[in-house]
Amino acid sequence: MNAIQYDLMTALPEILVLCMAMFILLLDLFLKPSNRFLIYVFAQLTLLGAAVLTLATHVPAVGYAFNGLFVDDPLADVLKLGVYLSTSITLIYTRQYVALRGMFRGEFYALILFSTLGMMIMVSGQHFLTLYMGLELLSLCLYALVALDRDNPNSTEAAMKYFVLGALASGMLLYGMSMLYGVTGSLNISGVADALLSGAPDHGVLVLGLVFIVAGLAFKLGAAPFQMWVPDVYHGAPTAITLFIGSATKIAAFAMVIRLLVQALFVLAVDWQGMLVIMAVMSMIIGNIAAIAQTNIKRMLAYSTISHVGFLLLGFLSASLNGYASATFYILSYVLMTLAGFGMILLLSRKGFEADRLEDLKGLNQRSPWYAFLMLIIMFSMAGIPPTLGFYAKFTVLQSALQAGFVTLVIFAVLMALIGAFYYLRVVKYMYFDEPEDHSPIVAPVDMKLVLSINAIGLLILGMLPQRLMDVCAYAIIHSIQ
Amino acid sequence: MSVGLSHYLILGSLLFAISIIGIFLNRKNVIVLLMAIELMLLAVNMNFIAFSHYLNDMAGQVFVFFILTVAAAESAIGLAILVLVFRNLKTINVDDLDRLKG
Repeated sequence: MNAIQYDLMTALPEILVLCMAMFILLLDLFLKPSNRFLIYVFAQLTLLGAAVLTLATHVPAVGYAFNGLFVDDPLADVLKLGVYLSTSITLIYTRQYVALRGMFRGEFYALILFSTLGMMIMVSGQHFLTLYMGLELLSLCLYALVALDRDNPNSTEAAMKYFVLGALASGMLLYGMSMLYGVTGSLNISGVADALLSGAPDHGVLVLGLVFIVAGLAFKLGAAPFQMWVPDVYHGAPTAITLFIGSATKIAAFAMVIRLLVQALFVLAVDWQGMLVIMAVMSMIIGNIAAIAQTNIKRMLAYSTISHVGFLLLGFLSASLNGYASATFYILSYVLMTLAGFGMILLLSRKGFEADRLEDLKGLNQRSPWYAFLMLIIMFSMAGIPPTLGFYAKFTVLQSALQAGFVTLVIFAVLMALIGAFYYLRVVKYMYFDEPEDHSPIVAPVDMKLVLSINAIGLLILGMLPQRLMDVCAYAIIHSIQ
Repeated sequence: MSVGLSHYLILGSLLFAISIIGIFLNRKNVIVLLMAIELMLLAVNMNFIAFSHYLNDMAGQVFVFFILTVAAAESAIGLAILVLVFRNLKTINVDDLDRLKG
């Protein structure tokens, strides 16, 4: 196999998704509205095909392609499978929602596939250029998706805020990259790492670049003090898009943190550890305290995301393989929980009714005991109550932080998780102890009901048997990071 | 006195600072925000080109081409959203974007 063949083979899933996204965009022009479901089918088949290709080309070793622009390692494969899975579940949950709101069109699916492509490139980026291009492909699609509901003033405003702050974050990231380029003379992740290992050049300029990179990453992850866009965008965007922004894109942002902080700037670990401590503490405080005051459930889940990001950052603090594995576990569990949580809001919404206020959950137990039970599991999992997945995820990151000697921080995090439990349990109280305000039946396609049930029950089962998923995360980290 | 690397870097950081101030202190017009974002990317370009020349390495200049292209796409989307904002809210004042709160 010569070099160009190897390059193309390595990027085969990306090439498939790119071709299919363009195909869907064209197909939409020639389809009658009654045949639009074909677009949905093609989008799901694309994700399935990409997953098959990723699994088929998987090897437990690191492979570089396109002159070191692109990397294919077990971590990339695992995170890509996570991206496909969460995008596919997103499409299942949102089909009815977008159909009822006139957004069931080719643009929606093409934009989702293009942003999936952006995420895949971010996950596999091994060069500042690839990381930046992947990030921009993702972000530009997301701005358009947030504004897709054209006549809704809330989503337009959310799109504008998301655009300005997202562009600011990209600018900061780029400024940091330019500083690192100047000091190390390389744009390649491994090149930067090698240059830093072979003797520290100007430490002051390096830390300046690092500050900008950490700020840019924090914007994208939604960590405090760069969290101000998260509640507004989650609240204003159509719930279908909120689900997408809250789930799959976090995996890509996580991959970027691994590539930039862990792989490129490991030598500066002492410097970024301090910044991450501040960000983790602030995220946990702001996320958990501000969520208590919310009456909109999408806004509440946005603050819950901020606090989850705080816990995720704890996994990076130990700067050890064990810690990164627990962070990988945390991000995957977080995505499963978010999918189920927003899936439930989508299930309860109907034409002209968003079900996004906390009161809309009142008396859910009387309307449907099964979905009230599922929502109970989801809320317990987000709060971190055993035996759910959320408990085990919090447990592993706290354990890794404890091993690294951050005792006070771990005690603080446990206290914050306790405060956070209040607003999750308030949802449970609304569902079980209050009278319902509306009695309309819950109507949804069978596949959505089935997948949502599996998703929520999976949180319970994975919480009791987490070892398999934990092994996958540890395998991915150990075989990818030297 | 000859113009060296540090002069370009100072110019880049000044442009960057102006754009950040433009984003956070501007309370009037959303179009000014878009201009500030463009300026920020140009500041980064200035840095990349200065370093690229100083290091005798072409990669930085290639990066600049990509940033320019992305900046064009970005402002296209930004202006499209701006048109939507004006159509739905009848204003492009930053202060009037306050429907989402809590």
